[in-house]
Formats: sequence, structure tokens, C-alpha cells
Amino acid sequence: MSEAAVSTVETSEESVPRPKETWRRLIQGDLASLRVVIGLALIWAIFQFENDRFLSAQNLTNLMLQITAIGLISVGIVYVLLLGEIDLSVGAVSGLAAAVMAVLNVKHGWNPYLAIAAAVAVGMAIGLLQGSLFSRFAVPSFVVTLAGLLAWQGALLQVLGSTGSINLTDPKITGLANTFYSDTVGWIFAAIVIGGYGAVLFLGHRRRVAAGLDSESLAGLVVRFGLVAVVTIVATTVLNSDRGVPLALLILLAFVVGMEFVVKRTGFGRHVFAVGGNAEAARRAGIRVNGIRVAVFGIAGTMAAIGGIMAASRLLAVNQNSGGNELLLLAIAGPVIAGTSLFGGRGSVWTALMGALVIGSISNGMDLLALSSAVKFMVTGGVLLLAVLVDAVARNQRSASGRV
Amino acid sequence: MSPGAPLLQLEGVSKRFGPVQALDRVDFSVNAGEVVGLVGDNGAGKSTMVKTIAGIHAADEGTIRFDGNEVSIAKPQDATGLGIATVYQDLALCDNLDVVANLFLGREEVSSGLGTASRQLDEARMEHETGELLSNLAVTIPSLRSEVGTLSGGQRQQVAVARSLLGEPKVVLLDEPTAALGVAQTAQVLNLIRRLRERELGVVVISHNLVDVFEVADRIFVLRLGRPAGDFSADATTEEHVVSAITGIGSDGEKKNGIEEELQAENAESGEEGR
Repeated sequence: MSEAAVSTVETSEESVPRPKETWRRLIQGDLASLRVVIGLALIWAIFQFENDRFLSAQNLTNLMLQITAIGLISVGIVYVLLLGEIDLSVGAVSGLAAAVMAVLNVKHGWNPYLAIAAAVAVGMAIGLLQGSLFSRFAVPSFVVTLAGLLAWQGALLQVLGSTGSINLTDPKITGLANTFYSDTVGWIFAAIVIGGYGAVLFLGHRRRVAAGLDSESLAGLVVRFGLVAVVTIVATTVLNSDRGVPLALLILLAFVVGMEFVVKRTGFGRHVFAVGGNAEAARRAGIRVNGIRVAVFGIAGTMAAIGGIMAASRLLAVNQNSGGNELLLLAIAGPVIAGTSLFGGRGSVWTALMGALVIGSISNGMDLLALSSAVKFMVTGGVLLLAVLVDAVARNQRSASGRV
Repeated sequence: MSPGAPLLQLEGVSKRFGPVQALDRVDFSVNAGEVVGLVGDNGAGKSTMVKTIAGIHAADEGTIRFDGNEVSIAKPQDATGLGIATVYQDLALCDNLDVVANLFLGREEVSSGLGTASRQLDEARMEHETGELLSNLAVTIPSLRSEVGTLSGGQRQQVAVARSLLGEPKVVLLDEPTAALGVAQTAQVLNLIRRLRERELGVVVISHNLVDVFEVADRIFVLRLGRPAGDFSADATTEEHVVSAITGIGSDGEKKNGIEEELQAENAESGEEGR
């Protein structure tokens, strides 16, 4: 979506859409966000056809709660993928951070906010450590974080101690994933989202016109504004007709929007893209490449911790399985499915949200159909493979047609 | 700028790598508004000389004067600080970023007002400045927002040259700017070099292609085995003279295009083919 903000300008002025051209863009990833929206619509249609409870307000609210943790972890993964690196430790880090929070809060009686802050700090410190090892010693990030995956898993067991499971009772912590707002408050949030988006569009348009640059046609702006407004209103209506807008969804959205702003609109984000695209060029342009790398792994660790806290809050407990199972792989698969390249330098934080929605929908839908986990894993694996193949094809076509 | 003195002047500059004398008491100068073609066979010391001026290797002996003042160039920042910009053969562009982002890479402009606190990039201003710079240079790029990876080799070269101008340099060093370019693209790049001259910049062009050098250079400076082997006015000499200075033997008209590596790995030669 915000990727579109950059690319639509040229799109609107240079191309009269032709079917073949549109198809090429769809494949090559210029329209990756449209690709995933179509995929999601297809998935929803299939599951709704098979079970008409799928698109009920209650199930959609559940879906939002289910994707929060994965989506938050994926936000950090997007940054790592933009560098062309990988972080295999985020699952284990999320579990460890949640355990730290639980132990400090439940066993040591820490103030819940302090416990949460400590957990986030642990995640950030781990990320910075792994990033430093990776950039200082030029060890592949794959190996550093694989070691991390094992080590932090061990640390999780150590922190939990003999009990193996800690139940969370503090309302401040459990409230993170179990708070729903009243209809009025929900509509206020919706108004803020719509108004904020409109203001960003309008101000951006005015700035471009003031600078004497081509700007998107007013019609294009209105269409984009209309789309966001409609999605926001529909989502709010649906959520309000069940338990209300969940705090967890707002937390996820806030991080997605904030981190998308950082990566697309700030110098730091620009440098992340540059290092992912051509580290040598970035170095010669005076960018501190290793600093960027350490910071990005720090972000991944931080987001993993935040995701782990949300998962624990939803489960009302931390146990030896926290952050385990397929969480790591799904958190990496999500952004890739939604169009962030594994090869670095291409993607957006929105793919964390869209990917989590796709994966969450598949998982949720198959649960509704009471399919076995055997089928779930195979289907999710198939979707991931398909997405990676599309990414690879897009990359090959770019390099084949890119240079004239 | 003191009138009369060359913009950039090397006096007796030497550089040695172990047993190899890469540059041996080289005197060289370039004036404002002048294009100097730097030619020589592989291993003649062209790249070493450019890297010495650009601050990649410090000279072992000799003096470098800039605007008439003696200066010391020990690291790349010294050279850029003086106003010496270098465009290397592998261009160092990020293919995944658009033209504006590449031009401003490492020197992004931040919005004023509310944007300052959040370090928001001022895309509108950067795009505006990019458009002005490129149109001043008569560089035509289909869209400033197209990814650099989708541009042709000539366009990429022009973007790289334009980027070097953002720091308002006085001297621009171009390493093989027309290597691996087609006829039309070469013409575009040569036109761009002429426009740099119109802007009163001192331009040093390294090239293997004597046709291109004769087309654009005012002066042709020949290096052979690290020694100056000729300094010709482009109007008053012929290709044969230059070739014989390059090879050190009577004019046989044969252009030497051997591919032995220079001492300082000119590994970028093939980089042009990659992405």
C-alpha cells in the first residue's frame, strides 16, 4: 500500500494499463500487494464456501487475535529480509522474552510494565548481540541465529525452571490480548485512521505540487483514500458486531504503520534498502553498513520479544513450548508470501501484516474444517513454496529484462 | 581560485607497491573547464594515479596542489572535502533504489518542520533537485522514480556522474565511463562530459578507447610503466602519435587491449556485465 505510494506516481503517468503489462507487473512484484490481496480473497472465498462460519464476526475477531504475535515478529523479520539476511532465532527469542516477563512479574512480583520493559530489553540485547557477531566476524547470519535458536531455547527452559509453566494473572499483562473496546471507542479509532491517512495523502500531494513535481491525479488519490476508508469502516463494523475492536489489533497496526514509516520515509530505512541492494555501494556512499546491520538485528530481536509478550498474554501462560513449534517458520514465511524478497532490498512492512493474514486465515480455516495438522502443514508449505517460486521468477525476469 | 594556476596539479608524485613502482615522479595537471584524457596500457598506472588523487592510496612522495595550494590527500574524505569527485567503473549504484534515492544516497535531505523530529526524508525536495540537476545536464531518464536496475548502461553511467556532482566538486575523475556501452549510449555520456566542461569543472577521463578520448578531450596525457610518456593537445596530434607513446614503440597503429590485470586489481572490468 505504501509501496504503492512510491510507485503509483510513475504508473499513472507512463502506462495506459494493458492486460499483458499488468500481468507482467503482477508477476514481477510491482503489484505484489495486489497479488496477495487477490490470494487472500480467494482463500477467504474458499473457506467461506466450505464453512459459512468462516467470515462471521466472531471468527474474524479470533483471526485478528491469532495473527497478532506472528505479525509482530514478522515486522522485525521484514527488516532482516530487506538486508538479504535471515534470523532463525526470533521464535526462541519471543519465548525467552515472554518467560523473562512471566518470571519477573509472577515469581518476583515486579510491576507489570517493568517486567514487559525488561522482556523487550532482553529481546533487543539478544538481537544486537547477534547482529554484532554477524557483522563483526562476517559469520553468515543463518549460522549465528541458528546457534541463537538453540541457545535461547535452552535459556527459556532455564528461566522457567522446574515448574515448566507459569500462568499469567496480572490484568495489565493479560489485558494486552484480551481487551476489546466499546463501539464508540472503536469508531473513534476508525476516524483517526481514516483522517490520518487522508491528511498524509493530502499533505504529500500538496508538498509535491508546491515543489513543482508531477503528482498523482486527484482521482487516484480519492480512490486510494476511498479504499482505505471502506476497509477501515467495514473492519470496524465487523469487529464491533462481535466483541469490539481488540487492543491487540491496534498494537499490531501501530507497529506496522510506525515501522513502515521508518523503513520507507527515513534515512535509516533508506540505508537498510541500500545495504540490502548493494552493500558495497552503500559503504562507498558513506553509510555505516555494519551499524545498519546491528540495528536491524536489534529491531528483529525487539519485535520478537514484543510478539512473544502478546502470545503469552493471549495464552495466559508461558510454557516450555512458548515460541516453539512452527511459529518461527510462519513468521518468516508470512512476509515472503506477501511479497518481501528473500534476496534483499525489496519489500515493505505491510507484507508482515498481509502475510500473517494469509497464513492465519489458512490455519484458522482449516481448524474450522477440522482438518488434521498433517494437512495444515502441507498446505502452508505449499503456499510458501508457491510464494518463493513467484519471488524467484520475478527476480529472474527482472535481471533478464532489467538491463537494456 | 588564483588565475593561471591549474586547478589540480601533481608534481613528482610516486607510488610504490612492494617491488613495483606503480607511479614514478609523475607531473600532471588539469585546469578548470578542461577535459584531460588519461590513457595508457594496462598496468601503466592510470588507476593508481586516479586512486592517489581520490585518496584511496596516499602518494609516497611528491606534492599535490589544489587551487594552487599544497594539500595532503590521505583518505577519500580528504579528496571529497577538497572537491574531487570520482566515478568508478563499477558505478556503485543500488539497483533496487530509484534514481532520486541513488543520487542522494548517504546525503539524504530531511524535511523541515514536523518531519525533522521523525527524521522524515524530504522526497519532494530531493526529487525536485534531481530533476533540475539532470535537466541542466540534459540527461534524459524515463522517470526519476524508476529503479536504477531497469536503466540502460548509458543511463546508469549518467546517473553515477550526476551523483558525483551533488557535492559541488571542482574536479571529476571518470574511470572508463564508456566501457561496455553501445554507440548511442557512448555519445550520451560524451555529451555529458562536455557539459561538465561547460560548467568549468576539471575533468579527468580514463579510457582505453582512443576514439572516445579524441572525441571529448582537450588534452591527452599518456602514462607508460608509471612514467609520463606524453602530453598532447588533442587538436594537434594524431592517434598514431598517442599509440606510439602508449606502447613505447614506433607507430604500428595497433591498439593494445590486453587483459592482464593491473597491479591494483581492476576487478571491476567484468562487473559491468553483472547486475
